[in-house]
Amino acid sequence: MNVIELDRATLQIGGRAVLKDVSFAIEPGEFIGVLGPNGAGKTTLMRAILGLLPPSAGRLTVFGHAPRCGDASIGYLPQLRTVLPDLRVRGLDYIASSMHGERWGLPSLSAANRAKIEATLDAVGARDLANRALSDMSGGERQRLLLAQALIGEPKLLLLDEPLISLDARHQEVVIDVIRQVCRERRITVLFSAHELNQLLGAIDRVLYLGNGQAVLGRVDDVVTAPVLSRLYGTEIEVLRAGGHIFVLSRGRDVERADHMHDHGHDHGHAH
Amino acid sequence: MFQYEFMTNAFAAAGIVAVVSGVSGYFLVMRGQTFAGHALSHIGFAGATGAGLIGLAPLWGLVGFTLAAGIAMGLLSERISNRDVAIGVVLALSLGFGLLFLHYYTSFATQATALLFGNVLAVDHATIATLAALGAVTLVALAAIMRPLIFASLQPELAEAKGVSLRFISTAFLGIVALAVSACAQIVGVLMVFTLMVGPAAAAQRVTCGLWAGLMLSAALALAEAWLGIVIAYHTDWPVSFCIAALSALCYFAALAMPHARPAHSH
Ligand SMILES: Nc1ncnc2c1ncn2[C@@H]1O[C@H](COP(=O)(O)OP(=O)(O)OP(=O)(O)O)[C@@H](O)[C@H]1O
Ligand SMILES: [Mg+2]
Repeated sequence: MNVIELDRATLQIGGRAVLKDVSFAIEPGEFIGVLGPNGAGKTTLMRAILGLLPPSAGRLTVFGHAPRCGDASIGYLPQLRTVLPDLRVRGLDYIASSMHGERWGLPSLSAANRAKIEATLDAVGARDLANRALSDMSGGERQRLLLAQALIGEPKLLLLDEPLISLDARHQEVVIDVIRQVCRERRITVLFSAHELNQLLGAIDRVLYLGNGQAVLGRVDDVVTAPVLSRLYGTEIEVLRAGGHIFVLSRGRDVERADHMHDHGHDHGHAH
Repeated sequence: MFQYEFMTNAFAAAGIVAVVSGVSGYFLVMRGQTFAGHALSHIGFAGATGAGLIGLAPLWGLVGFTLAAGIAMGLLSERISNRDVAIGVVLALSLGFGLLFLHYYTSFATQATALLFGNVLAVDHATIATLAALGAVTLVALAAIMRPLIFASLQPELAEAKGVSLRFISTAFLGIVALAVSACAQIVGVLMVFTLMVGPAAAAQRVTCGLWAGLMLSAALALAEAWLGIVIAYHTDWPVSFCIAALSALCYFAALAMPHARPAHSH
């Protein structure tokens, strides 16, 4: 049975189709890299899988049925992460708030859940964050905390929306490795959105490329080609392969890097 | 000083209000909605004077107006209730309306100072009973939604994905805050609800980043400030609200100055 299946599905926001008539199927245990320019619909797709945005046409199934809001078997790391600048709550309580946070009544943290949180923090190398206030953490530290949170509760499907943002190169590798490993060990299906393909090349099974309202799922060699990407970007795209790297160029400019710079207006200077 | 009934009444009323303010204020600070809480109290001023004008008890005008405004703010979504400019405009307008109502109901003007700055030494048994009821409703409602409230406050995107209705939570919460503000305004006045609702909570969050520890400390600080404020006022003859405000500010700045323990980086 496929974990996620779209059959001629259309996803609309405010009357505008973000993805139109797309069909693809993702199998259990696959590690899928989700790529595409800003506004291509990566976040929208994940929200639809979570049941927050029903398709306006066609069919979308998750684990064989229509997506249900609050499905405990889906781990989610949202892209839009609101952190109040003055939030003096420690990492442990932050993660604990998400464990059955939808239930009524007073919050509580059992010893078993506490151990689970600590073990997962260990796995992503973030044990020391449990007792530090969120407002004192760097963006990358918060990112690792959220990643740990997404892994808690034995999810069968992980939706990670740009988990590499604001991580340095070393931690990006750590994150990719950790996810690759849990994905293999527990046969978890992973959707991992990113703006740069090259770091993911060794880890992902297939790539889901979004753009221009369309989606193409397949092996990197079949999808990341000049004709397919030209269609998705709606402009002439060149694909160069050199030394195990892939460069996607539009009129001689690297589109991934351009996207990336666009994402962090403030740290243009940093090199990869 | 306990031989005077007005003193025991004051301690009882201030005690109830302090605990309710400390607890609900903790979440107000956590959600970054302190300004919204402040605005609610000003809207309550218009409600109280308006109620006086049509011959109702000011307290019920206060409760009715703040509750309606709190629910409206919640329904208009978090984005709007966090908008400082919109809130500031409504806040000023409310004070203006309060003034207008006073203008037409001049015999009520003596009570205006009490409304604005509080008058804890004048509470009677009936008021204490009302405060206790308001406080009980506030705490029970807060306990009922506390878990999803914390989740929605800390991680709104994820909470939404897990099926928490952000709008319901924010509406219910501001409704609860409205009741707490009404109770608080009875003690320190609408202009000074910050002293009990925000000061202790903000100080507590500086000192500890644990959830329960912060919540308890916030309530304890509010209680200590309120009671100590009354004691100081009794011995000095200064207004009670001033004493509480001074203690609240003192606590907050002391907490700011305190270097909070921070474990060293592991890398
Ligand atoms: N709440 C919203 N209201 C209106 N339009 C929206 C909303 N959210 C997203 N959109 C639009 O939907 C399209 C897809 O957005 P989405 O966030 O899915 O893109 P993305 O691929 O995740 O982009 P990015 O790389 O910038 O994260 C965009 O054109 C965006 O403007
Ligand atoms: Mg996105």
